Amino acid sequence: MDEIKAFLSARAAGAIAHQDLLDETSRQFGISPRDAEGYALSAGLLPARYQRNLNTLSIRQQLALFNARIAVIGCGGLGGYVIEELARLGIGNIVAVDPDRFEEHNMNRQLLCTLETLDRQKAVVAAERVLKINPAISVTPITEAFKCGNASSMLNGCDLAVDALDTISVRIELAKVCAELKMPLVHGAIAGWFGQIAVQLPGEHTVLNILERCGERQGIEKETGNPSFAPAFVASLQSAEVCKIIIDKTSPMKGRLLFIDLFEMRFEEMHVG
Amino acid sequence: MQITIKLFATLRNNRFDSSKMEYSAGTTVLDVLNNLSISEKEAAIIFVNGRHVERDHVMLDGDSVSIFPPIGGG
Repeated sequence: MDEIKAFLSARAAGAIAHQDLLDETSRQFGISPRDAEGYALSAGLLPARYQRNLNTLSIRQQLALFNARIAVIGCGGLGGYVIEELARLGIGNIVAVDPDRFEEHNMNRQLLCTLETLDRQKAVVAAERVLKINPAISVTPITEAFKCGNASSMLNGCDLAVDALDTISVRIELAKVCAELKMPLVHGAIAGWFGQIAVQLPGEHTVLNILERCGERQGIEKETGNPSFAPAFVASLQSAEVCKIIIDKTSPMKGRLLFIDLFEMRFEEMHVG
Repeated sequence: MQITIKLFATLRNNRFDSSKMEYSAGTTVLDVLNNLSISEKEAAIIFVNGRHVERDHVMLDGDSVSIFPPIGGG
């Protein structure tokens, strides 16, 4: 282990480890791209792909992100962008959950839906996309629907869950499971020009409290549809909260609901017990 | 007493964004919803003065109630 770190430190460009050095380290020591990136970060070296994270995130924080395991429940509009952003941010382990296949009506807003991916399973396409961005990420596609019965195996070992679902009743199930497991949850939802985000930290029921009165399967999105910018925007807010919760174990969103109106370009924040 | 009502998203359609309205003492959130013909399932999330409340919450003079529809798309 020390030998690998010494090898990396001796050849790094200052505190930066370029991809060719990581590849050379993998070959030299017979280790995976994932282990090479992990050894670099542990040695206080920043893989060059994260150079533009530096000064926003320290190398120590980048290592915390690399060691984190995040479950993204839903790989559609929100989930596609969340997975893309978490992969580029440097999250080291991603569980991508979605039972559906891409359909033509997903094309207007779902990042991972292209002519090539039509009819293919969303979770599998998400995993392939992550590995194209960074083969050092461990990505686990799950092509089953989230439900109470399989929740604990899906979320096993995860530090946080992202609610990128499209059915309110299933969102409520996820919020209940996360409350029971004391697992942080980052909730996001969209409808037309509108969106909302909230976080539920261990010991809290914030998202449950928000959703408990939403008795229907769907909200106003069944009338409004969803344009391209709504999932991209809300997913970015969710990704920012994931980053902070992994690093700081808390979030400035604690106890709040942020409601987003992209038509009037106004943002309302409310307090939720 | 005077209450400020703020509606969001599709609840504004054929209604208003924000309005000050007169109500009698003891008015609850549910009374306001009925008065505006907003059904229970349309009013998913309700806040008074920025704090989450239930439908039986009794309003006071000068209160501001914000009503949001359910949003569940992903």
